[in-house]
Amino acid sequence: MTTATSSINAASAPQTATPLLSMRGLEKRFSLSGDFLEQLKFKGGKLVREQEHVHAINGVDLDIQRGEALCVVGESGCGKSTVARTVMGLLRPSAGEIHYDGERIDDRSTKALLPFRRRMQMIFQNPYASLNPRMTIQQTLEEPIRLHHPDWSPARVKDQVAEVMDSVGIAADWGPRYGHEFSGGQRQRIAIARALAVNPEFIVADEPISALDVSIQAQVLNLLMEAQQKRNLTYLFITHDLAVVEHFGTRVAVMYLGRVCEVAPTATLFATPRHPYTQALMSAIPRLEDDRPQHIRLEGEVPTPVRLPSGCVFHGRCPHANERCRREVPAMIATDEGGQVACHGVEEGRI
Amino acid sequence: MTTTHSSVTRSSTTSRWERFRDSYLLYSFKRDLIAQFSLAVFILLVGCALLAPWLAPMNPYDLAQIDILASELPPFWVDGSDPTYLMGTDSQGRDLLSTILYGLRVSLIIGFGAVAMQASLGVCFGLLAGYLGGRVDAFLMRMADIQLSFSTLMVAIVVGALFKAIFGGATFSTYAVPLLVLIIGLAEWPQYARTVRASVLAEKGKEYVDAARVMGLSSRRIMFRHILPNTLSPIFVISTVQVANAIISEAALSFLGLGMPETQPSLGSLIKSGFDYIQSGSWWITLIPGLVLVVLVLVINLLGDWLRDVLNPRLYKG
Repeated sequence: MTTATSSINAASAPQTATPLLSMRGLEKRFSLSGDFLEQLKFKGGKLVREQEHVHAINGVDLDIQRGEALCVVGESGCGKSTVARTVMGLLRPSAGEIHYDGERIDDRSTKALLPFRRRMQMIFQNPYASLNPRMTIQQTLEEPIRLHHPDWSPARVKDQVAEVMDSVGIAADWGPRYGHEFSGGQRQRIAIARALAVNPEFIVADEPISALDVSIQAQVLNLLMEAQQKRNLTYLFITHDLAVVEHFGTRVAVMYLGRVCEVAPTATLFATPRHPYTQALMSAIPRLEDDRPQHIRLEGEVPTPVRLPSGCVFHGRCPHANERCRREVPAMIATDEGGQVACHGVEEGRI
Repeated sequence: MTTTHSSVTRSSTTSRWERFRDSYLLYSFKRDLIAQFSLAVFILLVGCALLAPWLAPMNPYDLAQIDILASELPPFWVDGSDPTYLMGTDSQGRDLLSTILYGLRVSLIIGFGAVAMQASLGVCFGLLAGYLGGRVDAFLMRMADIQLSFSTLMVAIVVGALFKAIFGGATFSTYAVPLLVLIIGLAEWPQYARTVRASVLAEKGKEYVDAARVMGLSSRRIMFRHILPNTLSPIFVISTVQVANAIISEAALSFLGLGMPETQPSLGSLIKSGFDYIQSGSWWITLIPGLVLVVLVLVINLLGDWLRDVLNPRLYKG
């Protein structure tokens, strides 16, 4: 299934040859069964080894082009954070490949990954936990620069820290203080400064504003967009806030149960969602005017990621599901609007 | 965007001393009489031990100063005492006060040395087990379980007895202090390893560790520079308890004849050497060092209790 998907994906990629980052058939399973002894079980008089896994992501194909902000949306537990962490090398994928600028990065050791670390950085969700409580802001910001530029003089490192602090709007005299002396928005600025300190070209932002006050969210979002323009950044932006996506994203990928069900340019996705899940998601956005089609109510619950449904993962809740949806995993197909969707119904013209 | 600057009004140049002055640690210390008293007694004892060569009226290691005729003299408040020997003398005619001061020094050196050894081993193993997880964790923790299933004293007795049997009593006497540090240090590292591992597991899940990994830092740097500083409070607390434990272990070993030799007595071996004479009326040789030992261990434990109450994040969030 994955080979078919990737060929279609590659064929329909709208921009130039090599995307900045591409994932091919990415899978990540987490074992639920504990260690070896706990996996052994008696069944029918025989000793068998049983393992159960949570399938956090299964078969994700995504391309991220230079300069774009690809937003990944989906409900809690659909694997969007796992995608971000796998891309950054915090988790090793169980299967599949990740290529950065044409080079495979998912099978590299910490050391071999170092040159890529300077080019890709990450911003975390919780600014209260992402700063080391025992380090001053100056130390926090100097550390990545010293690591990646061991030949720089202390004065040059200080200059770079001052420059990056200025660019995220934090005062230079905050340096000797500790993280706990700041508010959430200020800390998130510091965390963004840390990510920008090594002048990366690609930033993975894992729900960077969802832990912040609403009044601060816009500030931080603007800061991220400003940084994108000034530094020509590419973002992989994980969020569940569709308003943010509409404002921020170049393209949107919608995930459901560890699988991408639709990828499309932001305006297209919001105007004409194709996948039934995306349609339901879009109809759930609260709006002031009441002239839109009514809210699509999905039946039932998200199935457990331990035992994935056969065929299309969405078939149990899809109002358009038929026998083929229950049997066969849908591949990504290009739509007329320039997006891609994984749905038999769309392919057959039923939806 | 710039309005956020003004909200932090505190001076940015707070020194370490100023932070300590404002801290909850000092505040709680000022209000806790027991802690103040314990610290005072502890400092007094440590001071006496360190300054033993200058404070002590005699040098118990110097055979020329020992007068066997002056043996078993009682302390000054008992009839038949000699005013030169304030606390009396032991069976070899050594001034008891001097011997206690020197012995205190030996006990403290072994106590702190053993704890330094336990801490360095335990912290390293705990960090490795907690941070790397998986097989390393399983292996180290099973080692710790095995180690814990023997009592410290049993391990120490076996090792000490073996060493004595192989190298002879004379060699044992020469290397008694480092050997005891080694034995007690090796026997109790799991205490540290387990505590540190538990803290590391809690810290490892926090995003600042992920941030450090994303940065590309090596595991060693993340463990020692990022995680370790955040696990220091429990390490402090067990250290106080462990110093007291190590001193007691040493005293017990010495009492069993596997610790410090009589020629360079610790508090424990002093108690032991006096024990033979307790029936003949010379109770002070055992009782006075015993009291010193009890007071020393008690104040350390009281300090540890206070520190645990202060640093326990469940009682006080700081």
